[in-house]
Amino acid sequence: MLFFVVLAPILAAALILLGAPARLTAILAAALTLLLTLLGFAVFDPAESGFQMTSSLPISAQWGLNLSLGIDGLSLIMLLLAGLVTLAAVWFTPKTIDRPNGFYACLLFIAGGAIGAFASTNLFFFYAFHELALIPTFLLIGIWGSGNRQAAAWKITIYLALGSFVLLLGLILLYRSVPEAARSFDFVALRNAAAAGQINATAQHHIYLLLLIGFGILISLFPFHTWAPEAYASAPAPAAMLHAGVLKKFGLYGLLRVAQPLLPEGAHYWNTLLIVLLLGNIIYVGLVTIAQKRLDWMLGYSSVMHMGYIFLGIAAGNVLGLNGAALLMLAHGISIALLFAIAGELRQRSETLHFEDLGGLAKTMPLAGLVFGIAAFASIGLPGFANFSGEVLVFFGAFRNGANFHGFHLYQIATLLALWGVVISAVYMLRAYRHIFMGELPERWKALPDLRSSLRWPVAILIAATLWVGFFPQSIVRIVAPTFETHLSAR
Amino acid sequence: MISAPTLEIAVLVLGLGLLCVEAFAEKMDKRGIAYAGMIGLSIVFAASFFVAPLPASEPVLWNFYTSDALALFFKRFALVATILVLIIMVDYAPVVSRFISGTKPQAGLGEFFALPIFTCAGLMWMASANDFIMIFVSLELVTMSFYVMVAFMRRQSASLEAGVKYLILSALSTGFLVYGITWIFGVTGATNLDRIATVLQSGNFDRAPLLFGMVLVLVALGFKIAAVPFQIWVPDVYQGAPTPVTAYLSVGSKAAGFVVLLRVLRAFFILPQIEHVLVGVALLTLIYGNLAALPQNNLKRLLAYSSIGHAGYLLMGVVSFSGEAVSFYLVSYLLMTLLSFAVLVVVSNQSGDEIEDFAGLSKRSPFLAFAMLVAMISLAGVPFTAGFLGKFLVFDAAMAHGHFALVAVGVLTVACGFYYYLKVVRAMYWQSPKITDTIPVSNLSRIAMTALIVAIFWLGVYPKPILNALHPTQPRLATQTR
Repeated sequence: MLFFVVLAPILAAALILLGAPARLTAILAAALTLLLTLLGFAVFDPAESGFQMTSSLPISAQWGLNLSLGIDGLSLIMLLLAGLVTLAAVWFTPKTIDRPNGFYACLLFIAGGAIGAFASTNLFFFYAFHELALIPTFLLIGIWGSGNRQAAAWKITIYLALGSFVLLLGLILLYRSVPEAARSFDFVALRNAAAAGQINATAQHHIYLLLLIGFGILISLFPFHTWAPEAYASAPAPAAMLHAGVLKKFGLYGLLRVAQPLLPEGAHYWNTLLIVLLLGNIIYVGLVTIAQKRLDWMLGYSSVMHMGYIFLGIAAGNVLGLNGAALLMLAHGISIALLFAIAGELRQRSETLHFEDLGGLAKTMPLAGLVFGIAAFASIGLPGFANFSGEVLVFFGAFRNGANFHGFHLYQIATLLALWGVVISAVYMLRAYRHIFMGELPERWKALPDLRSSLRWPVAILIAATLWVGFFPQSIVRIVAPTFETHLSAR
Repeated sequence: MISAPTLEIAVLVLGLGLLCVEAFAEKMDKRGIAYAGMIGLSIVFAASFFVAPLPASEPVLWNFYTSDALALFFKRFALVATILVLIIMVDYAPVVSRFISGTKPQAGLGEFFALPIFTCAGLMWMASANDFIMIFVSLELVTMSFYVMVAFMRRQSASLEAGVKYLILSALSTGFLVYGITWIFGVTGATNLDRIATVLQSGNFDRAPLLFGMVLVLVALGFKIAAVPFQIWVPDVYQGAPTPVTAYLSVGSKAAGFVVLLRVLRAFFILPQIEHVLVGVALLTLIYGNLAALPQNNLKRLLAYSSIGHAGYLLMGVVSFSGEAVSFYLVSYLLMTLLSFAVLVVVSNQSGDEIEDFAGLSKRSPFLAFAMLVAMISLAGVPFTAGFLGKFLVFDAAMAHGHFALVAVGVLTVACGFYYYLKVVRAMYWQSPKITDTIPVSNLSRIAMTALIVAIFWLGVYPKPILNALHPTQPRLATQTR
């Protein structure tokens, strides 16, 4: 079944390139993916901690290289996120887009790459699937982007290619660090080797640093974040939704899936550095976000900033923090997708996203205002939304980690500083809302139409998902917790 | 069952036969010669699967000729490359005719189609050569036919200039090769690689003169594979030569150089200095090839620099003793390079071979644009293409041997590669065309390009066929190195 989930978007993209009706095929494929994922929830057994629904296609026995797919709780919620955001992104694509076949095919390739990476249980394909998204991103921004699209497309592509190859080196080293008899690309085999202590501590330090830099570039960890705001500002809205919502989570997923469980020594060694960098994400980038004068740039920076909380959860290294990180990945993916969707609709109508040009739009676009408001509140972390439950778990998890670093209780200090991030995000989100939707309505915007009524559906699905997770976080935690418990108990 | 040398003889006979036909049949459509050549080579390719295997105890047929798995593999490689080059040549024929004035409309085309077949015979011999004399002779057969092909468009000054440059520098490198061989012969008393290996393992030899001789040989081979600092000829010759010949030069000549390098180094890796020299050369080649490619605006020149860059990745595989990685890389290199040249020939017949001539290709011919896109992302190294797997194997081998400096530089140059290969993609997909008429593609080229695209993706996901074809050579490589 997983093969279908992975293949549905890729096959649909191929069909669209060969001339199938673009929008219809894309929406059907995205809906099919989401349905299959929900079906996966029904079949999934949360009591079991290993990979489920595994299937495998042998490629090379010599290197333990197989195209093997399987899911555990963590992969399952990532698949859910990918399914939700893909459907919304495809739905939000304007009907008037130029060269629709290429556009939808690129979107589906990104989605297929992300889904493939989340469902792979083999290190090689985990990496390879993610790279599938690189060229479509380049084309999406370069052809259909706005503003300084060419420079942005180059920057994101070269930056991410460099990051991926650093990551590749780390992964090859990881593969090589296991004694020859146990060498394999398979996650389970690697985890067994790591549990048996076959990866020595020095090697772990080197590999973890490589992985942290490689994944860090993909996640936009401070100071490797400069590609993100520019690219998201220039990208067409559906591409930004998919990239910021889903694809960027690949790096975090990689840290949770590969770096943390396989290299506990390395993680421990570099956590101090990670704490400093993630505070850079939350505080420094947060302040930069406040200073932005355009909505698209502000959203780009805010997505970089929120990565800091997820890093904090990962660094905490206990079940509480890791659960929070997983929850927050899902929550952030949904909220940022909604925000970019509305920003894209605004750009289409007014062709400017400068705060000072806009104002009072809630009068002409009440639905857009409502959706933006809800997504902004979710993004700030108001109780009732998924982001809140994720952030609470992350803060509690991090605070509970009492590691003593030369007399400093590093995690407690970091948690206290990170809490200010909530204030920072409230400041910029509310300011943006006031500038765009409140106040005087300029004469030239009086005739702006509201969201198409058909767009209520994807919006409703995303908001329902974030509210559901916000009110019943246990429904997600119950599924991901066993994954992390096995990771931690294996140490 | 047939014996291995029959294959080369068959190719040679095919070439001679076609030349005779060309001389006597004046009125025929000269493209018939190209088609006959493709069919003949395909038959030889099929026959290569029925070569009698050598007994394991005696892997050498004559003491100067081996037909182990590596040799057979590269014979097939040469055959496939030649067939594809002939297909590209048919598309290119009108341009050649334009620059050769003759009394008849197709004057000179017959030789143009027949020469690659002789080169192919030379490449196949070289794959089997196990003796310096044999290496020298087959290398000369290859180079001689290239002299003619590079300067084939005799009314075009660029082609003539390329021909002269290639002739002089190639002759110089041949001189280095012969001189190096004499020094090695002087020290070891043998030209046979197996015997040289025995002498080296005994440790009973004079080190300095042997190293001197070996460095001279490396200079000559460095010229063939376009390694820095012997790469000066590459951009001008690649740009000036007829495009199919450029493709052949960058695939055939390079592959031959690497096969010989693998065979020769097998004997010489007992000397640690050689490894240090090669690591240095590989570093320089990676850096120079990729950095110099960045500002290029002419696609042929860009591909010339990229071919230097790829020589760097291949050398990474060579210094890590990984025959498997090098061979796989060469196969992927063949697929993606020939694909890009095939598209280049079709497009440049219409407009030109500057990158800006590719502007808006996606609107003029979606098929050609897609083919070029696949070639470029494979050259850049995007997963699920053969190019990525080649880089992966090479990096893996280099890591296993602790060449971390090479790997670190390799990662940076890969990022450079993304920039200049995507420049072509940008032109095709982002920019709008100056001319909007569609570009016709002949059926034969369309089939060949489709086959190449499929092969690139197929090997990118499922490399087993290539790796298995090489497997019998693995024990031999492993036992003889270190």
